[in-house]
Amino acid sequence: MSTKPTNVEEIKKELIAKMPTKVARKRAKSILPGTEVGEPIPEIQSNVRTIPGIITQRGCTYAGCKGVVLGPSRDIVNLTHGPIGCGFYSWLTRRNQTDAGPDGENYIPYAFSTDMTEHDIVFGGEKKLRAAIQEAYDNFHPKAISIFSTCPVGLIGDDIHAVARTMQEELGITIFANSCEGYKGVSQSAGHHIANNQIMKHVIGTKDVEVEGKFKVNMLGEYNIGGDAFEIERILEKCGFTLVATFSGNSTVEDFRKAHAADLNTVMCHRSLNYVAEMMETKYGIPWIKVNFIGAEASAKSLRRMAAYFEDQELIDRTEAVIAEELEKVKTVVDEIKPRTDGKAAMLFVGGSRAHHYQELFKELGMKILGAGYEFAHRDDYEGRHVLPTIKIDADSRNIEELEIHPDPERYKPRKTEEELARLNEKGLDFKGYEGMIGGMGKDAMVIDDINHYETEKLLEIYKPDIFCAGIKEKYIVQKMGIPLKQLHNYDMGGPYAGFNGAINWYRDIDRMVNTKVWNLIKAPWQTDGPELEATYVA
Amino acid sequence: MALLRHTTGEIKERKALTVNPAKTCQPVGAMYAALGVKGCFPHSHGSQGCCAYHRSALTRHYKEPVVAGTSSFTEGSSVFGGQSNLITAIDNIFTLYDPEVIAIHTTCLSETIGDDLMQISQKAKDDGKVPAGKHIVYASTPSYVGTHVTGYANMVKGILKGFVAKTGTPNGKINVIPGFCEPSDMAEMRRLADMMGIDITMVPDTNGVLNGPMTGHYEMYPDAGATPAEIAGMGDAKATIGLGRWATADAVNFLDAEFKVPGHVMGLPIGLKATDRYVDLLRKVSGKTVPDAINFERGQVVDLLSDYSQYFYGKKVAMAGDPDQLLALVEFCITLGMIPAYTVTGTSGKYFEERMTELLKDVPYDCKFKCGGEADMYLLHQWIKNDPVDLLIGNTYLKYVARDEDIPLVRHGFPILDRVGHQYFPSVGYSGAMRLMEKFLEALLDRLDRDAPETRFELQL
Repeated sequence: MSTKPTNVEEIKKELIAKMPTKVARKRAKSILPGTEVGEPIPEIQSNVRTIPGIITQRGCTYAGCKGVVLGPSRDIVNLTHGPIGCGFYSWLTRRNQTDAGPDGENYIPYAFSTDMTEHDIVFGGEKKLRAAIQEAYDNFHPKAISIFSTCPVGLIGDDIHAVARTMQEELGITIFANSCEGYKGVSQSAGHHIANNQIMKHVIGTKDVEVEGKFKVNMLGEYNIGGDAFEIERILEKCGFTLVATFSGNSTVEDFRKAHAADLNTVMCHRSLNYVAEMMETKYGIPWIKVNFIGAEASAKSLRRMAAYFEDQELIDRTEAVIAEELEKVKTVVDEIKPRTDGKAAMLFVGGSRAHHYQELFKELGMKILGAGYEFAHRDDYEGRHVLPTIKIDADSRNIEELEIHPDPERYKPRKTEEELARLNEKGLDFKGYEGMIGGMGKDAMVIDDINHYETEKLLEIYKPDIFCAGIKEKYIVQKMGIPLKQLHNYDMGGPYAGFNGAINWYRDIDRMVNTKVWNLIKAPWQTDGPELEATYVA
Repeated sequence: MALLRHTTGEIKERKALTVNPAKTCQPVGAMYAALGVKGCFPHSHGSQGCCAYHRSALTRHYKEPVVAGTSSFTEGSSVFGGQSNLITAIDNIFTLYDPEVIAIHTTCLSETIGDDLMQISQKAKDDGKVPAGKHIVYASTPSYVGTHVTGYANMVKGILKGFVAKTGTPNGKINVIPGFCEPSDMAEMRRLADMMGIDITMVPDTNGVLNGPMTGHYEMYPDAGATPAEIAGMGDAKATIGLGRWATADAVNFLDAEFKVPGHVMGLPIGLKATDRYVDLLRKVSGKTVPDAINFERGQVVDLLSDYSQYFYGKKVAMAGDPDQLLALVEFCITLGMIPAYTVTGTSGKYFEERMTELLKDVPYDCKFKCGGEADMYLLHQWIKNDPVDLLIGNTYLKYVARDEDIPLVRHGFPILDRVGHQYFPSVGYSGAMRLMEKFLEALLDRLDRDAPETRFELQL
């Protein structure tokens, strides 16, 4: 088509052309081209208020707090304090796989709610919350109960933290509350932060035990969607690492309590769990590194950095042996599939880390990335953590508590000296580092934050990618256009996609999707034939 | 190992804690109803999480596009009111998405702070944010009152309030207002009326919207649903039939009270007797004769019933879902000779208890049922733990109970997240009754075959 825009700036103009002036001006700041490796990265507007009515894909603070971070903890009774909807929608709708063994506690298949009604809204819901906690205790006897407030709770002023404290004293189990009303913050992201704060305040470090193992790590920001954490666990174990706690796929409250026994924190989803990583470093002296187990090469690189941290030759050798063995399996599959996927094009608009991580897997298949963006990330996830000091705190971030953390008088124990850290940094450990998504995407790629329906439809018309990655809300819209959509929230019931076996699963699924013949069936024979001719069938 | 492993048969009274609800909140029903109007854009006035959850729930159930807007409240709007967000939203929606109608519903947030949709919509009009010939309709749907069924009912009434007028010239049509059911059910309700030669106006009508074809193009507003002009004409109709007391009574009564259109509220036409009542009512209000083609379909239902009654007879059933669906299903199960042993719905209503008592009076079993607060799937499961059943009927969440207790499940209701078919094939009308019987039989006979000892494993059943 001659009218087809040719570069990112032109396409951007087309995306915002029809928008009301103020809206166009705002959206323009969230759309920019990627950069080549080493080039300066421009500022992208992100983590700002969603434009009303624009058809955002974002969710709310409650979804980030209950749905994402604390929901996957299997032995905590996660109790929603509010009208029934929020508890209902967050019931089993993220695929946090869980293995509690034959007799472990597992509340994942349950939804608990105080089901507030008009009476509670008018007269206050604290009494009902107290009673609900008591009933949860009487029915289930859990080790811990976590409370999540929904929008009206904040407005009517229920003091859920006071109720939690009282009931904790009465029942003698851990009970804590999260003020994660949906309207706080601008997206799920605020809820992640709130959950991080409450886990840090009430759970992490509450049990001092000896954890066996020489190379103890935590995995932060891994939610075991489709069994990702199981695959990562398999690999870590094979290499000789001991996983103390995962935040929070298939996790238990006991794991969280003793997480401070680890000697290294590894961060998968930077957006949702970097707060705990930072706080644990300050409080306990545990350094953290960003890792990525999405992509076979990325997994290998992450394992090498983890092994290098412990400076143990045996661990390093064993890790290398595991990588070699696993990559061989991976290569066989890539060799088979890549000829069918090479040169095809993908777009990813999702999450707070996935739109970055999954670019690795597409590249391994020889596919190019036409565009990507996050739904609820911040500038550091796009531009790298070095921009953190320059991020302006606005009214929406200010209302999320920043915990003041100090070294724990008894438990603070720096795992490495400053000199050791500096030396390891030179080896590529990159402590507290995350380079973000934009660098290296190339100037022809579109980067769009909080993409809306309008922009999505336009982009698909212009680019016609071979595959689009987003979530359930976008799925059937995109597929009506004859473009397959891969869900990166729930994986379309597939996965795991992490680690080496996960990469193989991904290659096979993407091969199936980008090479499907189903779109060829859209036209009936009589819709594709030329003009009808009169003819007589002669036997 | 059991999935719902912490559920035991020891029932302790609960007054505050709901576990595994048999309901959800109003706005999702409002969003669904709005999709049954042609060219309509649903809008959720609240935090953006509500809209994300509702769109996701509807999309997962229908496997079709569901778009809607949100006012994306922040802490500021929660304190100062959502008017400015809503007016911005209205402007953006008409500018970018060009719908004929925006159907706005509230949430617990906007209701708690007291936003007035009538006033805000008027202000949007006064400010010139509503283009000429375009419409805004709205409904108050606080999540802390009623359930998704209430939200559906409120939005249906809101749609009617927004459009219906009376010209004084009768149009001879019959209004049919379906309860909260599938697009395929709405199509079947219409097909029966068509067979009788009755011209109906159906509102909402999601057939063709949430079970659309693959065309290679995305249409935000499919060529389906009730048009604003058709809805406007409902005030000139001969009669209104509401199919589902909870979901349609308010709308039917509104047309009766405001426009003097005689209203008839009945249950959803699920099963033989309920379909009989629907067809008979259509006949009476229209003065048309029931054609042989309908008698033929009805005869097929009775034939199938007589052929297979031995397998239905005495089988105990546990059900969870919405009251309009459940009352009809309970009646149908009784018609089939089955025992509706346990029934729960999170949606309350005095009529549920009255009608259940009436339906169950001759059933030779101490059937249990409960509606409203704490009438949840946890309680249903506990009842089953104490005395098991042969068949479960309900939404996908019951699959956990089905697996734990090794009881076959027939999926029915909302949401169905793990199977397809509900969008395309009806469970109302005579064809729907046959489809349900087929499903019940498949479930019961597959189980019979699976469990039969070698000597009793039969070729013919």
